Amino acid sequence: MAKRLDVLKTYKMYTGGKFIRSESGRYFVTENKQGKELANVCRASRKDVRDAVKTARGAWGDWAARSPFNRGQILYRIAEVLEGRKEQFRHELMQYGIQHKKAETEVEATIDRLVYYAGWSDKYGQVFSSVNPVASSHFNFSMPEPTGVVAIVAPDDSPLLGLVSVLAPVITGGNTAVVLSSETYPLPAASFAEVLHSSDVPGGVVNLLTGYRTELLEHLSRHMDVNAMYYTDGDEDAQKMIQEHASLNVKRVVFDHPKDWTSENLEHPYTILDFQEIKTTWHPVGY
Amino acid sequence: MLEEKQLEKRAGNLIFRNVWDYDPAPEKPDHVRLKEKYDLFINGEFTPPEEGRYFESVNPANEQKLAEVAEATKPDIDKAVEAARNAYNRTWGKLSGRERGKYIYRIARMLQERAREFAILESMDGGKPIRESRDADIPLVAAYFFYYAGWADKLQYATPGMQPRPYGVAGQIIPWNFPMLMAAWKIAPALATGNTVVLKSAETTPITAYKLAEIIQDSGLPPGTVNIVSGAGETGVEIVNHPDIDKVAFTGSTEVGKLIQKSLAGTRKGYTLELGGKAANIVFEDAAIDQAVEGIVNGIFFNQGHVCCAGSRLLVQEGVADMVYHKLKDRIETLVVGDPLDKNTDIGAINSKAQLERINKFIEKGLEEGGEMHQSSANVPSNGYWCKPTLFRNVSQSHSIVQSEIFGPVLAIQTFRTPKEAVEKANNTPYGLSGGIWTDKGSKIFQVGQHIRAGVVWANTFNKFDPTSPFGGYKESGIGREGGLHGLLPYLKLN
Amino acid sequence: MAEETTLLPRPDFTRTVPIDKVGVEERVDRLNKRSIKTESKFWALKLALNMVDLTTLEGMDTPGKVRQMCYKAMHPHPDPDIPAVAAVCVYPNLVRVARETVGDSGVNVASVATGFPSGMYTLESRLEDTRYAVEEGADEIDMVISRWAFLKGEYNRVFDEIAAVKEACGEAHLKVILETGELETYENVRKASDIAMYAGADFIKTSTGKVKPAATQPVTLVMLEAIRDFYYATGKKIGMKPAGGIRDSKTALRYLILVNETLGGDWLNPHLFRFGASSLANDLLMQIIKQQTGNYQSADYFTID
Repeated sequence: MAKRLDVLKTYKMYTGGKFIRSESGRYFVTENKQGKELANVCRASRKDVRDAVKTARGAWGDWAARSPFNRGQILYRIAEVLEGRKEQFRHELMQYGIQHKKAETEVEATIDRLVYYAGWSDKYGQVFSSVNPVASSHFNFSMPEPTGVVAIVAPDDSPLLGLVSVLAPVITGGNTAVVLSSETYPLPAASFAEVLHSSDVPGGVVNLLTGYRTELLEHLSRHMDVNAMYYTDGDEDAQKMIQEHASLNVKRVVFDHPKDWTSENLEHPYTILDFQEIKTTWHPVGY
Repeated sequence: MLEEKQLEKRAGNLIFRNVWDYDPAPEKPDHVRLKEKYDLFINGEFTPPEEGRYFESVNPANEQKLAEVAEATKPDIDKAVEAARNAYNRTWGKLSGRERGKYIYRIARMLQERAREFAILESMDGGKPIRESRDADIPLVAAYFFYYAGWADKLQYATPGMQPRPYGVAGQIIPWNFPMLMAAWKIAPALATGNTVVLKSAETTPITAYKLAEIIQDSGLPPGTVNIVSGAGETGVEIVNHPDIDKVAFTGSTEVGKLIQKSLAGTRKGYTLELGGKAANIVFEDAAIDQAVEGIVNGIFFNQGHVCCAGSRLLVQEGVADMVYHKLKDRIETLVVGDPLDKNTDIGAINSKAQLERINKFIEKGLEEGGEMHQSSANVPSNGYWCKPTLFRNVSQSHSIVQSEIFGPVLAIQTFRTPKEAVEKANNTPYGLSGGIWTDKGSKIFQVGQHIRAGVVWANTFNKFDPTSPFGGYKESGIGREGGLHGLLPYLKLN
Repeated sequence: MAEETTLLPRPDFTRTVPIDKVGVEERVDRLNKRSIKTESKFWALKLALNMVDLTTLEGMDTPGKVRQMCYKAMHPHPDPDIPAVAAVCVYPNLVRVARETVGDSGVNVASVATGFPSGMYTLESRLEDTRYAVEEGADEIDMVISRWAFLKGEYNRVFDEIAAVKEACGEAHLKVILETGELETYENVRKASDIAMYAGADFIKTSTGKVKPAATQPVTLVMLEAIRDFYYATGKKIGMKPAGGIRDSKTALRYLILVNETLGGDWLNPHLFRFGASSLANDLLMQIIKQQTGNYQSADYFTID
């Protein structure tokens, strides 16, 4: 019997709830450690960044206005769908040369991290809010609100767990995201888009681009409609450039470079808080 | 409600001060101790500047010199940072939270004891009315120290699940509009969290910071814990760029804030920025109109409009627009403009000649662009820097006086039809510091308040401050919060 | 001082004018920071004295007591520069005594009426009370509104009663006492002010003096703002009379500041502003003499009447 011909997958980018190719038509090739070509990947352009930010801005109002309960349900749904596709992701990680056991651990940690942040969605607001006992006859309270559109440069060295670790706190908090996936290992992110797509995540909340950092970091950090930037590669030159550009519109900039993305020490609500604005409201008390 | 024509026909505007004008009631500055020359406060001692240069601090109400003030340059900043580092490593940084708290309490008490002297000097150096420096600025200064004093030994409750640590040496740069209050906002939380401080006052208002230094010296705070220097922008640059500063806290213009954020790129310094604003005060037709008018007045004329969170744009619902304008015109007639030390003064002197020129430029521009201007008929003194309360109508989002932060007593008035339109206009700015909502309907407050992209929302009130209440901006109005529990976080590292 | 009476459309009084309590009180606090010195203080003290409705409203009032008060009203102090008060205010059965005593001195006679202080009588007897006081020689009638009807939401009844009393007053001026201490909220005070003004009041007045709290500054500000809105809408100037609890000059000056900065100079005269008070007059006198002499005064130097 003749050997069956495999059907190869086309890896696309994901914006506005749609799978797209780069408007530039360009691509790059992703290889495993041995130099074997695994697939062609879209190479996002400056204009793709522009379009993705616009899409993220468009989705932001609705996402931010959703009830925290609803956002938690959706994050948990992502975890559920990912659980059902564990094998696929383990396989994709192994393609890049990660050992079976380690790949499995990483996928499971990713699912658990989603569950962790899903639970925070309707709690961080309680932890970080306050009723402030002002001295005058006013009721005064402070509560976090999402910062807006966040540009995330997902860690290059941890294509799935790292990606989810930086994305989950951002979207749990009601922000929308434009994510530049791992450049070295872009495939898991591209597949993760399929998980998002089947998990009730509204189109535009997460926009996943693949491409070159040298090309795109500048456009992300200069964009005047991006409110915050999250960068985790630890490259100090890149950090300097990002912050210099961020100053154009006073972007919030968060740099983080954990050694071990599986560490549970990374799990805390302060990462959510990094992408929140505290709003304080005053009102007189009296009839 | 009545429209402009009907209002003019039936009654017109009221007449004020035709029958009973108040005689001058000046606060006497005779018990204020003012030195001829102020040196830098470094390592617990008043120290002459290395390069020996001094500049004048001028009373903007009469253009007279108040004192000579040292200009700090790089070698002075080096000394100050070194003193702060030593205090962090050897004395202040080793103290328990409880002992730190007691020092801060002591400073708060000493400020209360000398409150009137501080109020008078604040008005002399900055031009603000004594009613404000006496009743708002200085009492709040003491209150901020009291509030943060109590946090010093309770920090673990401010950051649940984390062990907070101080940054180390904080470099702090403050503006001229609330010299003492901004010093308190910066120094009190920094000390409570265990940091040491190098603070630079603003070029036009350096004096009260040195009076504060006298109190700090008298309090016995370990030398070097708080260092206070003076100078212009270049002095600030030396602080921001000093390699041994761990954290920068800046209050000032968005323009300078951006430069600071940029120049800190590539360093590991933390930073908080409290920058400009162009807040909208939204008045709905179901509002308590008389209190709204009062809020509008407080929003834009408090401290001559030199307030980053000033309600410099009025958005008023069409149905009440004429009535609100009519009432505003009457109300501003009662505002007393003049001698900051007169207890009846509502609007004092513009802080500096440069600022007055800037305001006048905007007023000219407003007229050139076709705005309709109305100013109160107040008499202003011949010497000094003054600006009458000013209203502009017939302007839109595209006018410069609607877009730019003027930082003066100039209100731009626009109308709206629906809540959605009001919110869109309110948010149609790169700033996001504050906003006002006036309506009698609670649910409308919550919805509109939620949609306003700003760090402080005043509903049926405006320009209120309290040490327990966080303050700070969205978007280009800044990063981080000052005040309240949230105001501790920018001075703490978590891990 | 009869003004032309054009009938104004009656507003829908079920609609509430929003008032923010904290905002009102902050405004008062701020105005209380005004500092009144030297000439402007002396002028204001004399004006305040000239605005007093010297009042006695006790069950123990006798013709003798009322006459004594009238003498004092006309001639509060030996110094001829010191003005008389605006009016004396008494119960209806003492109006004639007061009328005869003050004569044509310029001091008016005001009478409380309409079943003062509670008003809990039939409308007919309250109107009769009013007519009687006017016939006895009252220049001014201080009526009380039916607070029960107001609190029950029968705003039109309150309006109609005031209109009826106004008619019964004839040429006499009508001051409408809202008894704000029983209305409790500023919004009620505002509503009652509007009802009174649209029904024909010449003055609106805070209190009977028999209920605590009587006049307060915030309540007065709310009423002054109601007067201002009525003026904007109609061009008519309505007077204001805080009554009860105003005992010292400092407080009186604070009330004048409220008027000066809410309604302006046109209201700073006894035709449009009065104090309902008894002991205030002596304190004003003491302060006037202090301003003249520079010495703080003792009560022993001022007559008790």
